[in-house]
Amino acid sequence: MDITNNYFEVFGLPVEYDINLRQLSERYHDLQRQFHPDRHVAKTARERRLSEQYTTFVNQAYGELKSPLQRAEYLLGMMGADHGDELLSTLDPDFLMEQMSLREALAEVREADDSEASLQEVANHATSHYAALQREFSEQYSRADVHSAADTVARMQFFYKLLKEIEQLEHELDDY
Amino acid sequence: MVLLQISEPGQSPEPHQHRRAVGIDLGTTNSLVATVRSGTPELLTDSAGNQLLPSVVRYQANGAVAVGTQAYDALVEDPLNTLVSVKRFIGRGAEDIKRLGTQLPYELVSGSAGMPNFRTCAGDISPVAASAEILKILVERSESALGGPLDGAVITVPAYFDESQRQATKDAATLAGLKVLRLLNEPTAAAVAYGLDQQGEGLIAVYDLGGGTFDISVLRLSRGVFEVLSTGGDSALGGDDFDRALAGWIGEQADLGDNLDPFQQRQLLKLARNAKEALSVSEQTPVSVADWQGSVSRSLLNELIDPLIAKTLQACKRALRDAGVQATDIDNVVMVGGSTRTHRVKERVREVFGREPLLNVDPDQVVAVGAALQADVLVGNRPGDETLLLDVIPLSLGIETMGGLMEKMIYRNTTIPVAKAQDFTTFKDGQTAMAIHVLQGERELVSDCRSLARFELRNIPPMVAGSAKIRVKFQVDADGLLSVSARELVSGVESHVDVKPSYGLNDDEVTRMLRESYTHAKDDMQLRALREQQVEADRLFEDLSAALTQDGKALLDDREYHCLEVALEDLGRVRNSGRHRDIARHVEIVSKTSEEFAARRMNASIKKALAGHSIDEIDRGE
Repeated sequence: MDITNNYFEVFGLPVEYDINLRQLSERYHDLQRQFHPDRHVAKTARERRLSEQYTTFVNQAYGELKSPLQRAEYLLGMMGADHGDELLSTLDPDFLMEQMSLREALAEVREADDSEASLQEVANHATSHYAALQREFSEQYSRADVHSAADTVARMQFFYKLLKEIEQLEHELDDY
Repeated sequence: MVLLQISEPGQSPEPHQHRRAVGIDLGTTNSLVATVRSGTPELLTDSAGNQLLPSVVRYQANGAVAVGTQAYDALVEDPLNTLVSVKRFIGRGAEDIKRLGTQLPYELVSGSAGMPNFRTCAGDISPVAASAEILKILVERSESALGGPLDGAVITVPAYFDESQRQATKDAATLAGLKVLRLLNEPTAAAVAYGLDQQGEGLIAVYDLGGGTFDISVLRLSRGVFEVLSTGGDSALGGDDFDRALAGWIGEQADLGDNLDPFQQRQLLKLARNAKEALSVSEQTPVSVADWQGSVSRSLLNELIDPLIAKTLQACKRALRDAGVQATDIDNVVMVGGSTRTHRVKERVREVFGREPLLNVDPDQVVAVGAALQADVLVGNRPGDETLLLDVIPLSLGIETMGGLMEKMIYRNTTIPVAKAQDFTTFKDGQTAMAIHVLQGERELVSDCRSLARFELRNIPPMVAGSAKIRVKFQVDADGLLSVSARELVSGVESHVDVKPSYGLNDDEVTRMLRESYTHAKDDMQLRALREQQVEADRLFEDLSAALTQDGKALLDDREYHCLEVALEDLGRVRNSGRHRDIARHVEIVSKTSEEFAARRMNASIKKALAGHSIDEIDRGE
């Protein structure tokens, strides 16, 4: 077996963006049942090493497929397109303005009278945008529109970072 | 079948020999050991019938070491030489320990690896050595109960233990002569103990409040697989802090002042602990200290400990968020640790999760029971058992980059084993070395993270700044232990460390301490080495025999098959020679010879696993 096969094949899933997450998780457990080092403790050192390598690979593949952003990035890579920071410069100014205002809203959360409520508002906004982008990507991917798909991934990267910052702020607010 | 003829009666290893394995809960306050007999987990007791071994070690001037109840009884009279709550010190640096509490009844001195030691009348004692004393007692207890040397143990650690604390715990086990099958996170162990019913499905939250540590884990259980979704906690928060809060209050009431001597501190803490325990059954309890007499009510205790409990509940919220679930999604809440007996803790947890927490396994025993079950699986006593634990790393791992920033390589709550590689480059023209500083933590600044190790990649050929390509690879094994390697891709220069945390023991120290502990037990060591090699040989023998029978004809040509047969025959003979070095050498030879066969089998089995999943099936499944 060639573990450089694509991740979808590893889990026996069709190569598409809208995967069945429950099925992914079940396949993941199936593979772990077979290859996890704990299943091979009574084997030779060589087999234990192999099992650790396979499990590491399966964990990596599972992590990437499970994440909406990483799954999109992965598919984009399979389409032969590059993704990453260099894409950001091609984004349209309106999007960037919107990002800036969202970030400002986030920065103001700390000073707000009801921090939790204002944070929740920003969070809801970001979450629904992120979900909409995922739907867009799926549609663009299925009609093999590499250019638009790459653009969508760049937008998703923005929202992903924003959601991480929101999460971080939630943690900080908890601590007071 | 040819294979059946090669092992003669009396010479071949017993194929289905039951192996001696235990699960050890090395606790802050108490430690326990359990095993599985005839499929049922069982706590092992000392000769007096006690399950709990107080995690207390007393060092005496004549060199004698007392562990457990006997040491606990000397707590007040001999505070400087009687070590309690050692787990709070293990794998920690002097700075951390200062933060644990202002008044420590010990004299701490700096050890040789920058790690604090306890100064006792028997010399300077490291937390690792003191923990090893506790483990030794549990090993003795197990070996006498099971009638022979142990084949391995699972030792539990708080899920929130960082790399140094894990490594230090493993060092303590090595020092106690234990073979560690796995370091297992305590909440995961507890979930295993509760999830005995392998048909169980759903989300479990494990709330584990011990003497000195707090852990929360959220797990998904599905057909025997326990997948940890998130974990969090505080490795310096527990029932000890409840005692300290109450002791502080009593001290104030009794006007004892701030500068208590170690003797008074101990007395006061013991008093507070007794009062706390009394309040978990009654509403009010009398207290007297020095010439002060009074009483403590449960509501006062609640008031004192509420801020501490609130901290644990915040960690719960965070863990739920990390797992991407709501409190109401949780199907079962499992309570672990003696401190969950405190009335207020149960009350608050019930409020947060909106359901009655599970308490039907004794919260003191549940971790050891889970560890024993997992030890039984790992040692190979339960072929066909479906239980599998998928654990995560509790804190992110990364390296220092320019400007004193932490660049995360592996994020917290990533399932292990895991490997990640990232490329870095040089900062200056002609730079020929690169310092790699390995860190653990969530914060941006290096100074806010724990420093785990430093190493250097040297002999990079001089190049223009930014043109060298250095690939740093992090690898975390199934025990959660990290190794890091760095490689310059243009020249191929390479460097590697198994992370030996700055606060742990270095290899020399472990070797020295091991040698010391074996000076009087050389025969013992020889015997242990022989036994270990025999186990390894048996394992290989059984495995390869079975593999040859199953797949040998299909995957090997005649010559290869014959080669392995002969190698196996040799191994069977040498196994009974009683010379551990010979056995070790043969094990190595046979392993080498069978490598190719093992790889072919692994590949064949992966092909088979994947062949089962066709596109058709997926369409139908959806």
